Amino acid sequence: MNAGREGEVVPMTNRTTVERTSERELVITRTVNAPARLVWEAWTRAELFRQWWVPKWLGMTLLSCELDVRVGGSYRLVFAHGDSEMAFFGTYREVVPHSRLVWTNDEGDGCPVTTVTFTEEDGRTLLVMHDLYPSKEALDEGGGAADAMPQTFEQLDELLVTLGAGR
Amino acid sequence: MVQYAHGRFDASFAALSDATRRGVLEQLGRADASITDLAGKFRMTLTGMKKHVGVLEQAGLVTTEKVGRVRTCRLGPRRLEEEAAWIERYRQLWDTRFDELDKVVEELKRKEKVDERRKRG
Repeated sequence: MNAGREGEVVPMTNRTTVERTSERELVITRTVNAPARLVWEAWTRAELFRQWWVPKWLGMTLLSCELDVRVGGSYRLVFAHGDSEMAFFGTYREVVPHSRLVWTNDEGDGCPVTTVTFTEEDGRTLLVMHDLYPSKEALDEGGGAADAMPQTFEQLDELLVTLGAGR
Repeated sequence: MVQYAHGRFDASFAALSDATRRGVLEQLGRADASITDLAGKFRMTLTGMKKHVGVLEQAGLVTTEKVGRVRTCRLGPRRLEEEAAWIERYRQLWDTRFDELDKVVEELKRKEKVDERRKRG
């Protein structure tokens, strides 16, 4: 790898897109200004993953984060939200280092299977996250579940207003 | 602007490109109405209003039900703004999450550079 020049211009953040590509599928994309192996590290090492997966504004505290990233290995995230605890868990189905990660979300019946691909080009990595839901209804409700956390999104809205004002 | 998928979203946007159809949605947001009511309110022929309602129905924005000789229109089960709103929220969630990922990755890059310099001594 080439060591970057000193005083390099800090790149602007990239655009995140969300697209419902079919009745059962949701696709999220984002480019990260780093090689795939570093993005992979941030995604598969628990101590790094926990730093970004739960942004502070979510108002949730990550109590524990265990990632056993290998085929058949499981992950478990436990959050504190107010007085309650919430666990997210599942199993890794495919693990191709620096390239592809597939996991199940086993919290409930309507949860998707998530595939993330890491595609490197010119030292940057295109992330494509693909959620495949068991049915159209599950995806409709999955979207609705986001509404079940209105407080969260109020906080987010506030944050975005703040960010917008700072620009 | 969020990129939307083909299919229903395209149909929705086409449906909303017309002022009368937007008016009809607004009207139905207040109360259900028959095609005859709507035609009267928008000073249109019955046939003209049927066409507009047909476009809205295809986009899933309106549902209709015929009871006897009267076809009643009401807002569809999934209105555009609802779907667009949750997709946008979801996008914002991921956008801020990925902003945090950027920070983590930048830190990894920085550490790598430091390590390389150390190796070179």
